[in-house]
Amino acid sequence: MEDKKQGADSNSKKGISRRSFIRGAGLSTAGSVLLTTNAFAFGSEEKLTAGKEFGPGATTIQMKINGMVESLSVEPRTTLAAALRDHLELTGTKVVCDRGSCSACTVYLDGKPVNSCMMSVFDVGDKEITTIEGIAKNGELHPVQEAFIEHDASQCGYCTPGMVMSCVHLVENNTNPTLDDVKNATRGNLCRCGTHPHVFKATLAAANKTN
Amino acid sequence: MDTRKEKFPYGIPGHNLSEIEREIPIEEPPVWPINDKLKIIGKRVNRIDAVDKVTGKAKYTSDMKLPGMLYAKMLRSKVPHAAIKSIDISEAKSLAGVHAIYLIENTQKEGEEKNNGKFPMVKYVGQPLGGVAADSLEIAKDAISLIKVNYEEKPFVIDLEAAMEMDAPIVFDVPITRQADGGDVGEVHDGSKGQGNVRGPSTSSFFGGPRGDLEQGFNEADIIVEKTYRTQVQTHMPLETHGVVVDWRPDMMMVYASTQNTNAVRNEMASIFGLPKSKVRVVCDFMGGGFGAKHSAGSFGPMAANLSKKTGRPVWLMMDRQEEHIAEGNRPNSIQYLKIGAKKNGTLTAIQQRSHGTAGVGLGAGVGRIAQVLYPCPNFATEQYDVLTNAGPGAAWRAPGNVQGAFGLEQAIDEMAEKLNMDPLKYRDLIDKSEVRKIERQRGAKLFNWSRRQPAGSGKGLVKKGLGVGQSTWPRFVTLDSSVEVKIHNDGGVEIRSSVQDIGTGTKTILAQVVAEELGLQVNDITVNIGDTFFPVGPGSGGSVVTGSITPPTRNAAFEAKTALLKLVAKKWETDSSELFIENGQVGSKKDANLKMPFKEATKLMRTSQISKIASRSDDYGGFQQPWGLAYGDLGSVQFAEVSVNTDTGFVKVDKIVAAHSCGRPLNIGQLESQINGGVIQGISYALYENRIMDTGTGHMMNANVDQYKVPYSMEIPEIETLIVEEYSALSSTDAYGIGEPANIATAAAVANAVYNAIGVRLHEIPITPSSILKALNKVS
Repeated sequence: MEDKKQGADSNSKKGISRRSFIRGAGLSTAGSVLLTTNAFAFGSEEKLTAGKEFGPGATTIQMKINGMVESLSVEPRTTLAAALRDHLELTGTKVVCDRGSCSACTVYLDGKPVNSCMMSVFDVGDKEITTIEGIAKNGELHPVQEAFIEHDASQCGYCTPGMVMSCVHLVENNTNPTLDDVKNATRGNLCRCGTHPHVFKATLAAANKTN
Repeated sequence: MDTRKEKFPYGIPGHNLSEIEREIPIEEPPVWPINDKLKIIGKRVNRIDAVDKVTGKAKYTSDMKLPGMLYAKMLRSKVPHAAIKSIDISEAKSLAGVHAIYLIENTQKEGEEKNNGKFPMVKYVGQPLGGVAADSLEIAKDAISLIKVNYEEKPFVIDLEAAMEMDAPIVFDVPITRQADGGDVGEVHDGSKGQGNVRGPSTSSFFGGPRGDLEQGFNEADIIVEKTYRTQVQTHMPLETHGVVVDWRPDMMMVYASTQNTNAVRNEMASIFGLPKSKVRVVCDFMGGGFGAKHSAGSFGPMAANLSKKTGRPVWLMMDRQEEHIAEGNRPNSIQYLKIGAKKNGTLTAIQQRSHGTAGVGLGAGVGRIAQVLYPCPNFATEQYDVLTNAGPGAAWRAPGNVQGAFGLEQAIDEMAEKLNMDPLKYRDLIDKSEVRKIERQRGAKLFNWSRRQPAGSGKGLVKKGLGVGQSTWPRFVTLDSSVEVKIHNDGGVEIRSSVQDIGTGTKTILAQVVAEELGLQVNDITVNIGDTFFPVGPGSGGSVVTGSITPPTRNAAFEAKTALLKLVAKKWETDSSELFIENGQVGSKKDANLKMPFKEATKLMRTSQISKIASRSDDYGGFQQPWGLAYGDLGSVQFAEVSVNTDTGFVKVDKIVAAHSCGRPLNIGQLESQINGGVIQGISYALYENRIMDTGTGHMMNANVDQYKVPYSMEIPEIETLIVEEYSALSSTDAYGIGEPANIATAAAVANAVYNAIGVRLHEIPITPSSILKALNKVS
């Protein structure tokens, strides 16, 4: 079973395979924008370590998630999204399209937003993962989360974690975003309820408050 | 029945607000004044479950994980029309981690085709045939791929017009009765009449049948508009797919469901498995979008229950994205013929409508009541035909039928205005008798600056601007079987309980607002426990019925509980309870300002640990148009659209929408804006983007995913201004109604009218794409 340890630097030398399942699929234009969907934020300089083969059975790995080290036993075909949801019960990360088109599964990898449904859990290595559950710190909501509440920026709420992840990343990296910046930051986030206008308002309000 | 008389606010503030006297049951609470005199109702109140949503803590059905839970996957047909000769599960069965396989066997239901085989006939790609439960979803998927289905394929038909041909392959040999899931209320879809795949027509709704004499009406007309409009099939694509987790224990079937109707799912499961309703519990706490398609237990509900029964373990069964598109509902398409006659002065003399649409293997592909009721016209008739095809069944989709119907009618009215040489907005002033839409047109036109509109196609340059308007109506339905319990606990806690669910519309929050307003408390003093069939039966979330159905009994139950509490305080103060009130969390007395007691202290006076009151929806104060709960009045809407059309690329961009709406007494402004924004964005999506593409050669949907089924993302979102018109009708203790359907009806027509105004050529078919614009401009063939 998964166990939790305090501290977050214990698994950096585990010899975890870095085979990139995205790269294997031929998507070598890392960071580019595909149609209106979210940028794949895999660093193009990332070195591929020739890893050993895993599987077909489960292998135990460790990951740094929201400041904790988590151990889990996963099959090689497990995506990061599935690992978070099914093995660690971090179900705030949603799987909607399961093919990198909707950003509902957005998490940060070393602070960069990625679609966790498009990433093999074995490609995470020693990178730090932040999920929606790790955005509020010590029970204090992030200003973007507070603004989402105040401006009614969720309806059914299923896209909300992904939206919050995209908008928090924007606000943390752009001190004075415009409406176009917010639209650009959420351009890959599918919302079927049509809550976008309130997401825009909330994010601009949060940015104003943080400044 | 004991009654009393009270004077209620009546009409539209800022326009014609007056009072009306109503005779109401004696137990109903005193009248609420208009919103600006209330503390919590009609204000911007934060959603009470918003923290859960923004932190990822909200648990949806798809997030459920129970001890020992298995993951299930459905086996679905890969061909559109076939008899199944055999199904070989031997390999799948022996796969490690597989716990149970359940195959759907043939049960001859009334109205279904004779089939002597073991398995039901396959009628569309994606039809459920069985299911597998395994240790993980991956293993369940592997097992499904190991099952071999031996089909005896039959001729099939996918395309609407092809299915209407006399020599088309026949989808069903027999009359069918199956209404699409949650299909339109109001039209009678009769699958027993008709020829070949064309069934019907339905010619009436709950507003009656044909009226007047069409021929005479057209004879009286000076001007005729006669056109055919076409709309596409759209799929719901809720972010959370359909699905359940079923835990069938010996004494109770627990069902966690992503549903718009916990009560309907409970009743369905009880009926299918021969259980008393009391032995099935359906729970829906958070729900990731439905838009009309999630009213039933579907085939996945019984499947998960059968697998749970076989394994004795909880079973998780959620659809994947492809299954959601192909098998869990869609808005049927339409081909609508409309003929409208008017006199030179604009008076409408006749409206004739004839429509064909396909809800695949289901019925319910009509075009609604818009043409029947939006404008008074003495001579009217409609014939709405259902055409059966070998495709997934339709389902209710936000204002079913009426969105299609509004697209046709509101363009035809624009065409008539043009022939009359009248401004389309002024023309609607002339023919529309609705008071609320009159005000919406006035206020909306001002906000939108309608007067800048130029003649059609008169813009210079490559990118041409256009302005358009569309109108709609939606009836005020009420589900009379709507009950709620309000509890005051002896520690000051207040709780609301009902089976009604919050599907993202904000039901939890408005219920808390209603009770807080009535009890003189704050919204966060109220706990809302809903979406559970262990509680009193509430309405399904469809047809915009929830607010109008459940808020009046909620207020009434709170009022009754308050009355009981105040009697205890009155006894202690040796006064009469009618002199007492609660304000800002304090019980006070009208006669003696020195008498004060905190609410929490008052609750300690109870003999029992709680006061519990259950109330059900009473009849409207002014009675009903139809006794089953069709209220008087309508929910009128007017939407204005501004578009830019690039005449070189054919690219259409919606720049701005002004959406003017009424929903009786507005309860929560922020949530109303959210729903109106959503209706508008879905309407834009319908007008310009989304389209189910079927391969007619194989019967497969070609874009059953998120990336190729195009809907708006942030870059396509225009500026949207909402304008909510308060309208008091004195019909219930809250006088409030929903906005879900109204928000979605007029948008596509408004956008299409704006596109016409931009380029001077009218498009009679949606989605309006760059290619259809270029064709209309004769730039491509």
